[in-house]
Amino acid sequence: MLSNHIAVIEITDLVKSYRRGSQSIPVLEHLFLKIEEGEFLALMGPSGSGKSTLLNLIAGLDQVDSGSIRVGGEEITGLSEIELATWRAGHVGFIFQFYNLIPVLTAFENVELPLMLTGLSKKARKAHVATALSLVSLQDRMDHYPRQLSGGQQQRVAIARAVVTDPTILVADEPTGDLDRHSAEDVLRLMDQLCSELGKTIVMVTHDPRAARKAHTLKYLEKGVLTDAPQIAVPECL
Amino acid sequence: MLLKLLFRNAFRHRLRTLLTIGGIAVAILAFGLLRTVISAWYAGVEASSASRLVTRNAISLIFPLPISYKEKIRSVEGVGVVSYGNWFGGVYIDEKNFFANFAIEPRTYFNLYSEYLLSDDETAAFFRERKACVAGQKLAKRFGWNVGDTITLRGTIFPGNWDFVLRGIYQGKDKTIDDNQFFFHWDYLNETLKKNLPRRADQVGFYMIGLKRPDQAAATSEAVDGLFKNSYAETLTETEKAFQLSFVSMSEAIITVIQLVSYVIIVIIMAVVANTMAMSVRERMGEYAVFKTLGFGRGYLAGLILGESFTLTSLGGLLGIGVTFPIASAFARAVGQFFPVFHVSTETILMDVAAAVIVGVVAAVIPIWRVVQVRIADGLGRIG
Repeated sequence: MLSNHIAVIEITDLVKSYRRGSQSIPVLEHLFLKIEEGEFLALMGPSGSGKSTLLNLIAGLDQVDSGSIRVGGEEITGLSEIELATWRAGHVGFIFQFYNLIPVLTAFENVELPLMLTGLSKKARKAHVATALSLVSLQDRMDHYPRQLSGGQQQRVAIARAVVTDPTILVADEPTGDLDRHSAEDVLRLMDQLCSELGKTIVMVTHDPRAARKAHTLKYLEKGVLTDAPQIAVPECL
Repeated sequence: MLLKLLFRNAFRHRLRTLLTIGGIAVAILAFGLLRTVISAWYAGVEASSASRLVTRNAISLIFPLPISYKEKIRSVEGVGVVSYGNWFGGVYIDEKNFFANFAIEPRTYFNLYSEYLLSDDETAAFFRERKACVAGQKLAKRFGWNVGDTITLRGTIFPGNWDFVLRGIYQGKDKTIDDNQFFFHWDYLNETLKKNLPRRADQVGFYMIGLKRPDQAAATSEAVDGLFKNSYAETLTETEKAFQLSFVSMSEAIITVIQLVSYVIIVIIMAVVANTMAMSVRERMGEYAVFKTLGFGRGYLAGLILGESFTLTSLGGLLGIGVTFPIASAFARAVGQFFPVFHVSTETILMDVAAAVIVGVVAAVIPIWRVVQVRIADGLGRIG
């Protein structure tokens, strides 16, 4: 299933805690993880276990207390906020639970947004956006505003926005959490396609066993400790 | 596209945006009108010339000076032209029809005040006829006077009814020149006084001196006043500007209050726009976090917020400036007798623009700071 065995994400001895007043609350403790290129990894665990924190750290949205995170061979833990912003623009695609599209921009404009930082010409941007929207089968909805699209369609636009810059990794936080079953299936199928056909590396946080079963690798995080997940049983009703 | 986003953001809550723009427009209008009132107060000062001196009785303006001083003043080095006149204080029909009216020596006075534009024919007719008078075009328009009309003023300082024939209507060289005044021959006044009130004849309220060199104003003033030191009517000579300022200083407290109120209005609207921007940005904090997530830096976000704030203040400012002109015109018509020169100056418009820009910047400062400071994870509302 995996295209090769090069670790695109390499986490070493990662420690992260949050401060609440004078109290320090440990979230991730001496965590090690390797994710190979083209891998689709699902992270599961109870609420507050540190899944989203780990995702934020991998995506360069937050700073570690100690340890190392290398993405595509680049150490990101020492980067400044401005350097991280530049790095994210070129290397990370984001898929959120609530899509997080900009409501006053059309589907086309939402997808075009990350390209504004690339220096591409308008014509080139248009071609990229058209490709990304056709990938999610929404080229006929490019002039629609998010409010004119269903939840599933909005999430597909968000996926198009995530892949339009051809990032090194895709991070998805509960991408099916706000979708009905049918739409969730569509989105998962799309993510699987991105991974298997385009070789995208995906890290997904989810509570949804169906979503987790789509992943190649499943990790379980509890009390800041990462373990291989037990076999997930999906109830028949799902 | 970011410009498009900025405009769409500005009009996302149309009612809120329209109310804010309306508030800014009203504030800019009020600011512009108050600044125009202040300018109108200083119109006489602004219109005064550096090459003119005013000589009056050292005790007070209400005490006259003898006409015999004219030749002595003329003999002072540096003095070019000497004119003279009296504040007449006449009433046209009713006291509410107030306007400034002066008895002057016409040739020298109009020589000194070249900013009062009168045609050659009108000038000749005015100079020729003892009972002739001239009026500013605004004043003539106000009372529907035409050249050739007989105008009767009731004297308050100089009793009796005084008939004049309008022989000319002067225009100001520009908008800053008062064209609400009325002038007639000092000789007419003096000869009548000689007949009826001889003890008040041969006296003038003020001398106007045209300097050969404006930079000699101080020395010439001193020389003129030195001539009449220890006489029964000592003089006080000062530049026309200082003379005008002495009138304005009487109402300095009122002007200061008007100035303060104009600035307070700007501070209030600054708070209103800042509140609007703070509300808008707070509602969109998640979106700004998405922008940060996608790699947009602080500069982009600051530009978006500042641009939105500028959009509101620019539209409000333009609307406010646009309505300032017709409202100032209506105001000028209503209070023309108190503010003969009442026009919205370029300086006032520049101050309006500066106020709108300052409000735009200040209103955006706190929202920008909040957006820049917020952690992405907090902005997205997800920490697991």
